[in-house]
Amino acid sequence: MTNTTDPPIIEFSDVTKRFGVLTVLDQFNFSVAKGEKVTLIGPSGSGKSTVLRILMTLEPFQEGTLTLAGTSYHEPGARGRFKASEKHLRQIRNHVGMVFQSFNLFPHMTVLRNVVEAPVRVLGMQRAEAEARAIELLQMVGLADKKDHYPVQLSGGQQQRVAIARALAMRPRVLLFDEPTSALDPQLVGEVLGVIRALAHEHDLTMLLVTHEMRFAREVSDRVCFFDKGRICEQGAPEEIFGQPKHERTREFLASIL
Amino acid sequence: MDWGAYLPMILKGAGVTMTITLASIVVGTLLAFFFGILRVEGGPVLSTIALCYTELFRGTSLLVQLFWFYYALPLVGLSFEPITTGILVLAAHAGGYGAEIVRGALSSVSTQQLEAARALNFNRFQTLFRISLPQAIVEMMPAFGNLAIETLKLSSLVSLISIADLTFTAQSIRNLTLDSASIYSVTLICYFAMSLVLMIAIRIIEHFVRRGDVFPRSAHS
Amino acid sequence: MMYGYEWDTTTWLTYTISILPIILIGLTVTLKAAAAGFAIALVLGLVFALLRRSRLKVISWTTAVVVEFLRDTPLLVQLFFLYYVLPNFGIVLPAFLTGAIALGLQYAAYTSEVYRGGIEAVHRGQWEAATALNLTRMQTYRDIIIPQAVPRIVPAMGNYMVAMIKETPVLSVITVLEMMGLANMIGERTFEYLVPLTLVGLIFLLLTLICSAGLHRLQKALPKAGIPMR
Repeated sequence: MTNTTDPPIIEFSDVTKRFGVLTVLDQFNFSVAKGEKVTLIGPSGSGKSTVLRILMTLEPFQEGTLTLAGTSYHEPGARGRFKASEKHLRQIRNHVGMVFQSFNLFPHMTVLRNVVEAPVRVLGMQRAEAEARAIELLQMVGLADKKDHYPVQLSGGQQQRVAIARALAMRPRVLLFDEPTSALDPQLVGEVLGVIRALAHEHDLTMLLVTHEMRFAREVSDRVCFFDKGRICEQGAPEEIFGQPKHERTREFLASIL
Repeated sequence: MDWGAYLPMILKGAGVTMTITLASIVVGTLLAFFFGILRVEGGPVLSTIALCYTELFRGTSLLVQLFWFYYALPLVGLSFEPITTGILVLAAHAGGYGAEIVRGALSSVSTQQLEAARALNFNRFQTLFRISLPQAIVEMMPAFGNLAIETLKLSSLVSLISIADLTFTAQSIRNLTLDSASIYSVTLICYFAMSLVLMIAIRIIEHFVRRGDVFPRSAHS
Repeated sequence: MMYGYEWDTTTWLTYTISILPIILIGLTVTLKAAAAGFAIALVLGLVFALLRRSRLKVISWTTAVVVEFLRDTPLLVQLFFLYYVLPNFGIVLPAFLTGAIALGLQYAAYTSEVYRGGIEAVHRGQWEAATALNLTRMQTYRDIIIPQAVPRIVPAMGNYMVAMIKETPVLSVITVLEMMGLANMIGERTFEYLVPLTLVGLIFLLLTLICSAGLHRLQKALPKAGIPMR
């Protein structure tokens, strides 16, 4: 599915991210091709969620450059808050969508309004058009009949499916999933993974997934990256990483989780 | 403006303000605990009386109360110095609000605690003084802190019943010098400084109250 | 406005009846002052709260100091300050307006804390979701944060409104003829203070009780679909 002739859609070059004295990413280099589905695995605190949060511009970084769909961006010496202009950040965000561990649906809006709000406000779409599209997306995640419900009236799995529809409504080129099933009861994990699996067949959509669902990662990813202490310790096709991990730390981690 | 002459007056006024405030806080706290406990433990008659007290002093305006007592007390043969009237009214006002704080904190002590006390066969007084109040007092401290600052600010109203507190002094100096900007700025800064002192004092008291609290904070939240 | 009135002080009842019309005129002034003051407090408090959250340290710290100063100094002295000092700068306002501004300033300090608490109670994930959907900061406040903060804010705001009504008598010192000022004037003319003052006290009590009941109903009627209140 990867296309090697195009420039990568995501490129981290020498990105360093610190929280106070703690260095989370150290001279981090990483690139993702358009349409590629990449899973990030690793112990907690290894920096994999930070990669997503930097891509979503939820966290500034201190050194290096990030290039996203041809727009490059850097934050020299940023501490705590962003150095880049809001305008520039919003340009970056235009290409990216995110699905959060805790869903983060807007509790005061119905399901439909959750999905419609941003396309109308940000993309300037006509409300009728946005609603028609929202209903299509809700059908895709199997929740069109819940469009007038409020988030609290839904199960966790349903909320997460709405959150996926909400992210897709912005037509992102890159979609980030930050442990999308970690907050769910075990019996609800399947329905969310089902929706993500369907998305994995979209050729143009680039996906980055942080997850602990190894079997699922193996099934949907083109590439798996094992993170350890702010670096990619080992990466490759899922069969390689899960089949014959080369690195000691990878083997330890997989043994502990499987 | 001749600060050499006026500064001692201002300091004297500030002293009066501080005296009135502290006296009102002390008396008000006693009233607050008395009526607050009555609200919770008093039975139908006593708790209704306590309710009337709190509603009366919370529901009418402090300035109206001040004037009312200023004019009413002499009619029933009680002639106090204005300063006594001022302190009593401020205290009663603070007591009304404080009683609500005490009531709220007492009713927030968990039923498990009360059931445990009952299981140990504590009587009502033992339960109140050994179990409920020690836990409730920690909860009350921030609200009582606000109430103390509020009392300091409201004490300025006693200047209107001719008590020579800081505000009254400021008014007199203004009438002499007509330099409103300086005198009111200085007065505001004095009040602000007194508020800060009061806040620090409250923090220290809070620290001691908490230290006496043998349970970690989370145990009864 | 009192000349030409005769008050029948023979019994407390006839006295009450004869002064009631003029006290009720005062009541309208009281309510108007409180309404104007509260409107100022609501708007200015929000401004303070947002400035307090500014990313520029200079702005957020200055705002914090101003709010703290307004909160910790007496309304009465602030009122005198505005009434006597503003004219030095060529700003001459009617006493009523000066009074409303003083009330508004003091209570803006309170309401800004209420806003701040309400805004901070909104979960961080809501900000992140809004960022991920590329909403602007303005849109995020308007469509996501403030609607969720409002149901949490209303009860505290209501209490401050009631408190403000009870503080309006202070405006009588700068010649605003609200209820208590009128009651005092009547007392000065008849040498009988208790009846007018008691009447004013009772009206305040009634107002407080009505407002509290109204607030209670408003709180129940608020649309808070799905918003976790804690």
